Amino acid sequence: MGTAAMSTMPAEVKEPEIAEVVIPDRPWVVIVWNDPVNLMSYVTFVLQKLFGYSLDKATRLMLDVHEKGKAVVSSGSREKAELDVFRLHEHGLWATMSHDE
Amino acid sequence: MRSRPVRRTRSGQFEIRLSPEERDLLRGLAPRMREVFEDDADPVRGRLFPVAYPEDDDRQTEYRLLVQGELLDSHLAALAILEETVDAERLDEDALLGWMRSLNEVRLVLGVRLEVTEEGDERPTSSDDPRTPAYAVYDYLTWLQGEIIEALAR
Repeated sequence: MGTAAMSTMPAEVKEPEIAEVVIPDRPWVVIVWNDPVNLMSYVTFVLQKLFGYSLDKATRLMLDVHEKGKAVVSSGSREKAELDVFRLHEHGLWATMSHDE
Repeated sequence: MRSRPVRRTRSGQFEIRLSPEERDLLRGLAPRMREVFEDDADPVRGRLFPVAYPEDDDRQTEYRLLVQGELLDSHLAALAILEETVDAERLDEDALLGWMRSLNEVRLVLGVRLEVTEEGDERPTSSDDPRTPAYAVYDYLTWLQGEIIEALAR
């Protein structure tokens, strides 16, 4: 699994100016994109298994992927997002991460 | 109408009912997938190792260096589970999850090769069509994967 290697990622350390207003970091978001191969039942099952989501929530996210082309499935620190993307890629889902949404 | 090929038992294991021919088909998947993984030039790799940072080339390069080997190992481990347990009458949940992931990887490769679309594709009408065997495998694996997910999710 990805955990061991992920933890060796250099953390992003920024030295804030004393006078700088501290704005909480925008979270990274993990996006799953629609693809023509992965079964709807499979996407739902993987989202439940990886993130512990209820059947309802996983189904809603899967339907967003299917109907809107993508869905944000998790968010958090960059390290967490990378780990989530890795786990989704392990399961063959088409996942990316972004700081913009 | 055949009986369910994958059934959860009371002990929490899964009973696998497949014909010898089906098991032979599954047995052949791991070696073929290893060939795909060994070919750096195969365009299907883009689907098996997706880009994590589409908007940031530097971070993507860093991420790939860090993670690609681990992702490959994970895929190979799932294939090894399928290969080692392909004749089993019963599987525990971890092994069945290995089957599930392996079948999905094969479907992704075939899906790219056959340029599968979401609308559902016309199947070749002639058995001489070179794509016919690949479509047959793809459709079989789609069915079996659906059955595995249903058993796991139950």
